[in-house]
Amino acid sequence: MLIGLFNDWIVVVLMMIGLYIVIAHGNLIKKLIGLTIFQTSVFIFYISMAKIDGGTAPILADGITQYSNPLPHVLILTAIVVGIATTALGLSLVVRIKESYNSIEEEEIQQQDNDEQLSTNKAEENA
Amino acid sequence: MIDIVLLSLLVVIAIAIIRMKDLFAVVMLTGIYGLLSASFFVAMDAVDVAFTEAAVGAGISTLLMLVVITMTGRKEKSTRHKPLSALFVVMLTGGLLIYGTLDMPYFGSADAPIHKHTSPRYINDSMEEIGIPNIVTSVLASYRAFDTFGEVVVIFTAGIGVLTLLCVARSQKNDEEIDSINDSMHQQHLVIRIVAKMLIPFIFLFALYVQFHGDFGPGGGFQAGVIFASAIILYAMLFGLSTARKVINQTFVQVIAALGVLLYGSVGIVSLMNGGNFLDYNVLSSNPIAGQHLGILLIEWGVGCTVASVMVVIFFNFAGRRAFQQHKKQAQDKESSAC
Repeated sequence: MLIGLFNDWIVVVLMMIGLYIVIAHGNLIKKLIGLTIFQTSVFIFYISMAKIDGGTAPILADGITQYSNPLPHVLILTAIVVGIATTALGLSLVVRIKESYNSIEEEEIQQQDNDEQLSTNKAEENA
Repeated sequence: MIDIVLLSLLVVIAIAIIRMKDLFAVVMLTGIYGLLSASFFVAMDAVDVAFTEAAVGAGISTLLMLVVITMTGRKEKSTRHKPLSALFVVMLTGGLLIYGTLDMPYFGSADAPIHKHTSPRYINDSMEEIGIPNIVTSVLASYRAFDTFGEVVVIFTAGIGVLTLLCVARSQKNDEEIDSINDSMHQQHLVIRIVAKMLIPFIFLFALYVQFHGDFGPGGGFQAGVIFASAIILYAMLFGLSTARKVINQTFVQVIAALGVLLYGSVGIVSLMNGGNFLDYNVLSSNPIAGQHLGILLIEWGVGCTVASVMVVIFFNFAGRRAFQQHKKQAQDKESSAC
């Protein structure tokens, strides 16, 4: 019982660690790393489901009767490469944010936005 | 047994990532995390996935993040407020998810629902229908080719996104100045440069092997593309970006990325014209099996070209942005000292 669901529980723990980093940390790069951990936990979930006891890698060969399920492998293989491409897109947004705000901390960016909003409101009132 | 050890190590590393404030250490830990999960995938019989994760998680993603933290700074500021509410949300969600797992079939059981529907067809009939031993490649490139086409387009789009966000117009003068900076920087790493120079041809050769051997063993366009790109990135890191751009023209690489998607799509159009469904390779040749082989070979080429060139374009743009920022900073410093 305990061992049977161990992989699923680890997946939940990793997923929650990723979610926690995304919610609780203000640094944008740290947030992206949190997303990566979340993503990897989903990969581990799929690949664990594909495993069959006594099975081998799904490459056909003589004398083997039990193969692990190839379908989750296909889905995750492409997801990994798509994942790095989208992470790169996120990282390039971080680079642009750093250039315009000179900071990648969420609180400081919010602060700068608020200040700007206040000063434009004041200018409008004066006008 | 080994999978339990690997999974526990993954949790330990993830907790270390939460606690570390030095982003350089965090990025290094992410690399180790990627390598460990690749090892876990090998233990789970997912050799193709492990291959990809080792090249992407431990290789390219670590590299990209390193380039970014050189631009954004490596220290994370500590937050002032206590993240108790975040902890509460996470605990609650986690608890509910664990409650949900109690209904899951046990790990490794052969009669789980997932093994009952489509996968017996793939395992039992793919040899007759597709004619290649690696079932993962048959499913990826033939049974679910339309899905893979979508993934390739997503990768291509992400590449375009990075290009739009980070592209800098280059002037000849900038290049020369950056050249001289790079030269002085790289003079120190003579041993690494020579060793890398000897390694790079073999990395290219290995990438081509992975590309063509994907039908028979672990491998295919996605893995080969990433490995091919990593050889070019290695060259760019050791010899400077401007040297690498002279060897590999960036515009050319961008064209190749688009051509890869085009090749993939064209195979689909040709099979439509021959009277089959979109991406139905049986009609590509008089013999269905030969048609499948031809189709898989072509679309794997398309995937490989797109993945490799998008990765190279992404790295070139990040590194180019960095050089551009350095140059801007130098110009500012010069101005302020002149004043």
